[in-house]
Amino acid sequence: MSVIILLLIASISVASLFLAAFIWSVKSGQYDDEKSPPMRMLFDDKPGFTTDNNNN
Amino acid sequence: MDKPTTSTTIQCYHCGEACIDKTIHIYEKDFCCEGCKLVYEILNQNGMCDYYAISKNPGLSQRIKVRENKFAFLDDEKITQSLISFKNENQTHITFYLPQIHCSSCLWLLENLHRLNENIISSKVNFTRKEADIIFTHKNISVRKVAELLTSVGYEPYISLNNIHQVKPKLNKSKLYKMGIAGFCFANIMLLSFPEYLGIDTKEQNLITVFRWLSLLLSLPVVFYSASEFYISAWKSIKHKFLNIDAPIVLAVFVTFGRSVFDILTNAGSGYLDSMSGIVFFMLVGRILQDKTYEELSFERDYTSYFPIAVTRINNNQETVSLPDIALNDTLLIHNQELIPADGILTRGKALIDYSFVTGESLPVEKEMGEIIYAGGKQIGSNIEMLVIKEVAQSYLTKLWNRDEFKQATTKEERYSFVHFIARFFTWIVLFLSIASALYWWVVNPDKIWAAATAVLIVACPCALLLSNTFTNGNILRILSRNHLYLRNAQKIEEIASINYIVFDKTGTLTTGRYQDISYGGKPLSKSILKKLAALASQSMHPMSRAVAAWTNENGTHLKVTAFEEVTGKGIEAIVDGELITLGSREFVTGSKLPELESAIYLSVEGDVLGKFNFRNQYRDNIPTLIRQLRKKYKVAILSGDNSGEKNYLQELLGVNAHILFHQKPEDKLGIIKKLQQEGNRVMMIGDGLNDAGALKQADIGIAVAENTNNFTPASDGILEAAKLHLLNQFIQLSKANKRIVMASFIVSILYNIVGNYFAVQALLSPMIAAILMPISSISILIITFGFSNLSAWKMKLK
Repeated sequence: MSVIILLLIASISVASLFLAAFIWSVKSGQYDDEKSPPMRMLFDDKPGFTTDNNNN
Repeated sequence: MDKPTTSTTIQCYHCGEACIDKTIHIYEKDFCCEGCKLVYEILNQNGMCDYYAISKNPGLSQRIKVRENKFAFLDDEKITQSLISFKNENQTHITFYLPQIHCSSCLWLLENLHRLNENIISSKVNFTRKEADIIFTHKNISVRKVAELLTSVGYEPYISLNNIHQVKPKLNKSKLYKMGIAGFCFANIMLLSFPEYLGIDTKEQNLITVFRWLSLLLSLPVVFYSASEFYISAWKSIKHKFLNIDAPIVLAVFVTFGRSVFDILTNAGSGYLDSMSGIVFFMLVGRILQDKTYEELSFERDYTSYFPIAVTRINNNQETVSLPDIALNDTLLIHNQELIPADGILTRGKALIDYSFVTGESLPVEKEMGEIIYAGGKQIGSNIEMLVIKEVAQSYLTKLWNRDEFKQATTKEERYSFVHFIARFFTWIVLFLSIASALYWWVVNPDKIWAAATAVLIVACPCALLLSNTFTNGNILRILSRNHLYLRNAQKIEEIASINYIVFDKTGTLTTGRYQDISYGGKPLSKSILKKLAALASQSMHPMSRAVAAWTNENGTHLKVTAFEEVTGKGIEAIVDGELITLGSREFVTGSKLPELESAIYLSVEGDVLGKFNFRNQYRDNIPTLIRQLRKKYKVAILSGDNSGEKNYLQELLGVNAHILFHQKPEDKLGIIKKLQQEGNRVMMIGDGLNDAGALKQADIGIAVAENTNNFTPASDGILEAAKLHLLNQFIQLSKANKRIVMASFIVSILYNIVGNYFAVQALLSPMIAAILMPISSISILIITFGFSNLSAWKMKLK
């Protein structure tokens, strides 16, 4: 029986972690603008300096 | 050239538009105009040509140059104060609205602004709202310079009077929190309920007690926080002496919770906490889906977002003043393409004012010195000066806007909604059933009164109806917005379905408002004449001349034009390359005094009349087909502020009995809509300009048509992208399907209810049956709503 109680506590605390993560993500504005972040991540590792012609 | 010469049109490397008159070929690229080339040069110098690599031809045409001192007003401390959001000793934070943002290249360029100017610390784009938050060090760069920097790379900030007293709507996140918490509690209570459903050993009484109390604990946030959404709405409706759909839901939540607490305290059972929290969770999900608004669109715009924030005043010296500070007897300088902010008298220059947005007239009005010009029009051509005779707040346009009829808030209440009607009906039946079963058990076995009566209320909770309604609405709204009709809220779907009368505005709604449809009749024109004609026509800013110049498809800029003369309201003439070319009205060109019946201009070379150009408002694609479809089911009318030049064509299209009225002032349009409503019609108004604003508000449903949904549109119930106007009939049919789908899923939920009540009235409803019925009914309703709404959309060939 005590094992079940232990498991219960473990499962609820894991679920609480996810709830906290969700609330944090809403609070930090991750749902405010759903369009720019997916585009922004594409540019993260572009080389810094490029000119269009006679660059190579 | 990059491209093989097989294609005859050359695409501009920057904006992707076809290079019509001239092509600038430089750096092995083609540009359609100086502006596009300049932007490219700036980016190339700064090593930012990734802009062109991310998406193809990402820019927007720079053909129309931005006036040099346009942003001079940003030097005024008072104006910038109202724009910036934060300022300390070093930094300034400002948010600009950049309507040009449209692709990933835009995002990249704007977020790399710091590479163009080192004084910009950072910039962050909000794509949905088309805004850029820019942080810069104001010691080295001014707000004006930042605006000019943005303009120089093709993103001109849009700053209107609205920015001054703008309060940013705060995004309401509370529903998301409520949903998250409800989901968390629901899942855990479900988990804790399983053992009892699956037959836990009765010897483990301690464990059962722990599970029950834990469930009770977890249900508290659901009842007291997550479900508060429904309490508020139900309370509001009861205060107005009206039962909306949330009222029976609240009743069900309370009864379920009360019964469960009672069961747990008396150790009689585990209650129905899992079903209750599940219902709350699903209903919140539905609400969020339904309320998902289009942040980028504003349905409540007023004239202030149409007006500029500042104008140039030239009383003694030239200065920029913010609009509210304009006083009587000020002299204002109005530049090309600028809006006239107040009523006044023209004191210098020749005005050619485009009032199409305000009055619906498709042709600009010409005004001579000394004439009164009204606010709201756009000056085309040279600069003019005007003396203010009425302050902005007193001017014709502002007054029009502030008229009481225009203001009356749309109190089309939800109480007319059929869902609420059913819900009310339903509530009474449920209450009756509950009392009846209580009475029955009072006679037969008084011990079961409590169990039976509460079970009926629990099972019969109209959550299925609410679910089907919110999910169907949410899905239909999404389908409509995928097809570029953006409705203000879900209630509007039902209103669209109920209309029987459709009223269109003409200019800007059915037509594009531009004269593009030109036909030439007369002697054939040689290439050299065409060139000369192009040279002459391009001298004038009049839209008809512009249209002729574009029609010739020739470039006459190298020809010598002398003795150019423009007679206001008549025509133009000049000696081009040695030949006298005249272009204008029949009277101007031929001397004939016969009245003119059509929009046509005549052409003569050396006094020899060659032919005439007929102009017609260009109708949007498939408008005749649309009108023919609509005519079959609805009464259709057209109210236009324009002249009656196209009456015959329209009458033929709409049928002999249809109302087609011209020269309609904004008040007239409003009055006609009112009259139609008094005759018992439910009217849909479709318009685009400020002249339709009153009618749009008065109508049962008002839809604003916009070329670009980010442009200014009058306040309305919905915004429709102009290119999709021909789908209007399908949109209406889909809205009608909405009602059928809700009804269908409601019938399914009634079936579940009958099964549930079969157990409930016998006081046999176990928590397990409730726990099985609840998710099954919810899921089947989800399948029905999504399936059927997508099916109907697919049948109507909507995306």
